[in-house]
Amino acid sequence: MLILTRKKGESIQIGDDIEITISAVNGDQVKIGINAPKNIEIHRKEIYIEIQNENKNAVLEVKNLLDILPSKKQ
Amino acid sequence: MLMKTKYHSEVEINENDIWQFENGLPGFPEEKEFCILPLQEDKGFFILQSTKTPEIAFVISNPFSFVPNYEFKIDEQTLEQLELQSKEDLQVLTILTVQDPFEKTTANLLAPLLFNVKNKKAKQMIINGSNYVTKHPLFYIKGGK
Repeated sequence: MLILTRKKGESIQIGDDIEITISAVNGDQVKIGINAPKNIEIHRKEIYIEIQNENKNAVLEVKNLLDILPSKKQ
Repeated sequence: MLMKTKYHSEVEINENDIWQFENGLPGFPEEKEFCILPLQEDKGFFILQSTKTPEIAFVISNPFSFVPNYEFKIDEQTLEQLELQSKEDLQVLTILTVQDPFEKTTANLLAPLLFNVKNKKAKQMIINGSNYVTKHPLFYIKGGK
């Protein structure tokens, strides 16, 4: 992993169109600004992983799905 | 064209039935085309079926039927990706993680599915800064209402 040292207000340029700016530092918290093309998805990693995992859970085979669902007659 | 599915064996679909997920779904970046198939329409349950991979299918539902006050902001990026111009063109569904017994089933309210019915573009959007969770119990809320 490439590691760079930056100060508040400084930026990192990735390729032609992604810019990451350190906007504030407060103790162990860092505020980061990101400029990127609209088609690039940017998420807090732990939340993205949670959604990935939930999608993988949701796609698991549900045996006898139609039997499990609440009956139509109810 | 004929499509192999997970829960319906083979079904006949046409091009107009296909929803385009430009970036796939989180965890399934290569799955970019899906169809919505009926499961129990009267109960509001449908299947989101990958057109490419028969094993990839989600049980989905209308979140407003069990959380009537479900509310979130669509971010600018998503509006642009879906080319969404009017609320009337938007359909919202949510992925269920079905459990046996069904009472344990949960809904992913943190990342709803958004569909632009006008151009067939769709996306699973992760809601920014909300208290919604990926495992919202379907029946807890219903019983609590």
